Amino acid sequence: MSASIISIFIVAIFIENFVLNQILGLCPFIGVSNKIDSAVGMGLAVTFVMVMAGVATWSIQAFLLVPLQLEYLQTISFILVIASLVQFVEMVIRKTAPALYQSLGVFLPLITTNCAVLGVALLNIKKNYGLVESAVNSFGGGLGFFFALIIMAGIRERLDVSEIPEAMRGAPIAFVTAGLLATAFMGFSGLV
Amino acid sequence: MLTQIVSAVLVLGVLGFIFGAILSYASVKFEVKIDPQIEKTLELLPGANCGGCGFPGCAAMAEAIVTKGVPVGTCPVISSLNRIKIEELLGLRKPGEEVKKPVVKAALIKCNGLDTAEYKKFEYMGVPNCQAAVLLQNGPWLCPHRCMGLGSCVAACPFDAIKIGPQHLPIVDEDKCTACGRCVLACPKQIIELVDKEKVVHVKCNSVERGADTRKVCKVGCIGCGLCVKVCAYDAIKVDNNLAHIDYEKCVGCGACVAKCPQKTIIMEDKPQFKGRVALIDQDACIGCTICHKVCKFSAVNGGTPKEKHSIISEKCVGCGLCAEKCPKKCISMVDKA
Repeated sequence: MSASIISIFIVAIFIENFVLNQILGLCPFIGVSNKIDSAVGMGLAVTFVMVMAGVATWSIQAFLLVPLQLEYLQTISFILVIASLVQFVEMVIRKTAPALYQSLGVFLPLITTNCAVLGVALLNIKKNYGLVESAVNSFGGGLGFFFALIIMAGIRERLDVSEIPEAMRGAPIAFVTAGLLATAFMGFSGLV
Repeated sequence: MLTQIVSAVLVLGVLGFIFGAILSYASVKFEVKIDPQIEKTLELLPGANCGGCGFPGCAAMAEAIVTKGVPVGTCPVISSLNRIKIEELLGLRKPGEEVKKPVVKAALIKCNGLDTAEYKKFEYMGVPNCQAAVLLQNGPWLCPHRCMGLGSCVAACPFDAIKIGPQHLPIVDEDKCTACGRCVLACPKQIIELVDKEKVVHVKCNSVERGADTRKVCKVGCIGCGLCVKVCAYDAIKVDNNLAHIDYEKCVGCGACVAKCPQKTIIMEDKPQFKGRVALIDQDACIGCTICHKVCKFSAVNGGTPKEKHSIISEKCVGCGLCAEKCPKKCISMVDKA
């Protein structure tokens, strides 16, 4: 049991990395990877929301949709759950932990409808994970996103001071970098 | 079939209603009160988040203004109109109170170096960034104070007001420049200074080397000869450390120093061909009051006897404009030398 949980964790971080392998959540990956500082904030916020969303959506699926045979409402109800959850968490953090809000706050609304978060929720169900496994998978997925974002931000900070052909500056070189990074991450497949 | 539709609608509807209720309850329960003055102040700030004030962005600045009493003028870019509005909003100023006209500044690049191979130590091919270039033998130029020309100031400018022009020298668009001071901090050679936008005469050099040394590495560098000091009728130039400094409080922009400078280091803004001005007396209007004769510091006005019409000795006139300013009949005009 514990071995399978560890393997789920490793797989979620490296082999099925949300950004670089499943190509989900590219918007923040490109948008918030200009500076390491903001990449860390965004990565932490995504990890946090993913775990919360993974647990909440699993509960909705197991206790509401399956008993009522309404599995086809998965996508729409998950979005509803995730969006309200993020909003709620944002309010709570803002009131109770202003310091945390300062570092995560601006990123939280950005992830409300992020496809990586929805992706992790749907994949948990698709893979027939239990509650604990879902939570671990979500946490791993979030960490994987966090790492990918930080690696990307580190590279882009260096790219800023490099000599790049005019036409390639900005987004084009970022996409090429992302592609190469994804290719490099393919090396992890077959690890588990 | 019908039950399925009904149950689907019910489930989603109830879910939505519950979440909506929770959120609306939370928005009341977890409401964080923000001082409405902070929001209004934030609206009046420029919103560029340039950080020129030292706070991380305009929102933090607005909070500091309202809660900590930081002066609004700490923001280097705010328009005087908005500054007054904020001060009135916070009760720091009574409506309609007189305001001293603020000095609007812009960045000045204090280098006019030529981009020729004879003034270069080597061809720099590294990272296009001034800080990096300086690390390599203090940059590729022979003059230790020469602008690197690699555009760290351009990259630092949040207002897109600087670009690299001819001779690898940055050009400042004074309309866009808000004097936030980011470029001043970014320049590793410290050749950028914020000066009054309205002033037109500038020393385009920052070299404190001895004149002979400067001459070896630059054709247009200040050699500290002091000719500009002698020619200035307003006592607005000082030579300190082999480098001329203009006191912008005193400078009237007459251009006498521009015409005199042997190195062409001192320039008149937007007039590369400027050769100085000369006074011209309207003989019909002159009443021979001798005021211009008395006021001239360069003995360039003929006629000390009353009632005798004056004339200008153009070789001696430096074009300072003192006589034109003092003439009671306003019959002296300053014209550019061809």
